[in-house]
Amino acid sequence: MTFFLQNLVNALQWGSFYALIALGYSMVYGILMLFNFAHGDIFMVGAYIGFGVATGLTALAAMGMLALPNWVILVLTILISMFLTSFVGILVERLGYRPLRDAPRASAAITGLMIGIILETGNLALLGARRVSFPSLIDSVTYNFGGVYVTNKKIMIVAVSLALMTALHQFVSRTKWGMAMRAMAFDYVVVPLMGVPLNTIAALTFAIGSALAAAAGILFGVAYPVLDPYMGIVFGWKAFVAAILGGRGSIMGATLAGFLLGFIEIFVAMIFPSTLRDLIAYSIILLILVFRPHGFFGEAYSARLRL
Amino acid sequence: MNTHSGETPAASGSLKKRLRRDLARVPLLAWLCGAMAAVVLERFCGPQLADLLGLPKVPVLFGFLIILKQPLLIPSTLVFLTLIYGLPILLLSRLLARPANRLAAFLLQAPLAVSVLVHLALFYGTLHLWSDLSAYRVLTLKLTLIAVMLTLSLNVINGYMGEFSCSHPAFMALGAYAASVMTLLFFVKDKQFGEALLPPALGPFMFPLVLVVAGAVAAIGALVIAIPSFRTRGDYLAIISLAFLFIVKSLIENLEWLGGPRGLSSQPNYASLPTVFAWAAACIWIINNFVRSTLGKALNAVRDDEIAADAMTVDTRRTKMVAFLFGAFWAGVAGGLFAHVLRYVNPGSFGRQNLAEVLAMVYFGGLNSVYGSIVGAVSLSLLGEALRPLELFKWIIIPLMLILVMIFRPTGLIAFREFDVRKLVQPKQNPDQEV
Repeated sequence: MTFFLQNLVNALQWGSFYALIALGYSMVYGILMLFNFAHGDIFMVGAYIGFGVATGLTALAAMGMLALPNWVILVLTILISMFLTSFVGILVERLGYRPLRDAPRASAAITGLMIGIILETGNLALLGARRVSFPSLIDSVTYNFGGVYVTNKKIMIVAVSLALMTALHQFVSRTKWGMAMRAMAFDYVVVPLMGVPLNTIAALTFAIGSALAAAAGILFGVAYPVLDPYMGIVFGWKAFVAAILGGRGSIMGATLAGFLLGFIEIFVAMIFPSTLRDLIAYSIILLILVFRPHGFFGEAYSARLRL
Repeated sequence: MNTHSGETPAASGSLKKRLRRDLARVPLLAWLCGAMAAVVLERFCGPQLADLLGLPKVPVLFGFLIILKQPLLIPSTLVFLTLIYGLPILLLSRLLARPANRLAAFLLQAPLAVSVLVHLALFYGTLHLWSDLSAYRVLTLKLTLIAVMLTLSLNVINGYMGEFSCSHPAFMALGAYAASVMTLLFFVKDKQFGEALLPPALGPFMFPLVLVVAGAVAAIGALVIAIPSFRTRGDYLAIISLAFLFIVKSLIENLEWLGGPRGLSSQPNYASLPTVFAWAAACIWIINNFVRSTLGKALNAVRDDEIAADAMTVDTRRTKMVAFLFGAFWAGVAGGLFAHVLRYVNPGSFGRQNLAEVLAMVYFGGLNSVYGSIVGAVSLSLLGEALRPLELFKWIIIPLMLILVMIFRPTGLIAFREFDVRKLVQPKQNPDQEV
């Protein structure tokens, strides 16, 4: 039982990374009906921006110019990186996707893949092939709950993710901008005719998605402090799978599916040899999609086709 | 001054017009003869000319590598290219235009196959002589031909049927492993599978059979995608195919008798240039006929509107099934060839990188287009080789180029074009007479 609970804690942590990234995919899909395949790499860029901000702030603190406690540095890092990364998202939308809004969707997919490659290579060209390690800002403290070991980092990661998801949910369901986003998701051809600015909403969606990905990147850096330029690929594809599994465009679905994917992966690795993790996890996903082809919360496949 | 500047554009315009009219009269046969002559010229005079111009050796890939590596040698490289390729091809094909037209007309009196074979033989001869100069050229050429096969087969699914299938590397992996296991098991003695079960001398003759079986294995794998495609399409099918890709890759990594993550090596050297060329030509011919057949048109109908197609008596299930199995078959054959060209396969060669490459080739060249697939595959694989000296920046330039193509021509460079073989090989009429 403790073994099970221990893995449950790990799965919650993995699931929060997947869920945070999947939200970005799902929101963009909901509004523009396209998948931002560069999103995994925006997660990577977010982690690197976080690395830069955190290193800068700790250096300032070490020089005594801005003596902040470490937890303040972490909070500042998350906020500043989310803010900066959202501009990366806006830039990607403006340069890569806006010219392609009426193009076949596959073209947008290719563009996304290519933007991803450019981001990876750009990072490699700027920082070189060495891996960088995220500065450790909080000391690891392990609590023992009746045989289940939980570190403060894990608690922090899950708590921050849940807080961000709740904030997003409140934003989308309560505010005027959130209402505009929901309207746009309902029909992005007619709603702009009612005076809702499509371009602003699209940019906002990309900004929010990228900010969430940046938060995921920093949380990942806190838990596993080694960053490399290709870290976004694996997370990107898996979160993409989670976004589809949840039902495209559904925020609730993406969150749940992200956690579900985390659970599947951790528990498969718990029972079987860990080399079989991908095999079994994807087989389960394949089976789910064969029997429920539009995900958990998605609409059934409509006859209206868009190439 | 005024009259002068007024005259020059007109004169150059008429020159351009004349050149274009002249070149429009040149049939394919003459172009091939010109290319052949250029290659022969390079073979006999290339090294001397390169020496004379101060080039270290004959430019391997049309001078791209030299230009990027040593910018100082650009002028002499350009001179070399003009003297060896540019001038002979232009002059000879222009000179030969009239007799070649007559010959092409004569050949067409026989069955079409005869003129096609003559053209193919000339083309193959050119490629063979060209690649004979270095092993690097042979390898590049083989990989390019395999890329053409892959791109075409993916275009059947993604272009003609309009699905976004991501599982092509998986089909390729299935074909590559199936072919490798068969040749290693039957014709070679190696440490993984032990003694050869059949006499090794039989190998090269059985290789086509091996490739067909490899294609069939890939086609059986494609059933996993084809059957869900009856109920869903678009993004969900994309995910199903992506999951299939990861499953196949992970499965191969976990099967120890397939070499696991280390892969299989020391495949016999069966995939010579003529073999790869013959398979690529067969692939282009068969796929071109397939997409122009009733079934191919049914694919387009399913893509444009599945329900309307169904109402028009198109059997949508059969159409989807055939397209997936057919595309996967050729991907499997290409995979089998790939394994025997490199003589080494491991699961890592069939991952996301490979997927991004082949998707890029399809969408760069042009959707729904046989011409486009060939152009996309050839240009991207040659570009990949040509920009190699730029190392890292290659992966910024190529994606950037693709993004620009997607923005300005969203369906790719040459979309919606198939071959008409007869049109290709027939003599070119004089455009003046036509009017």
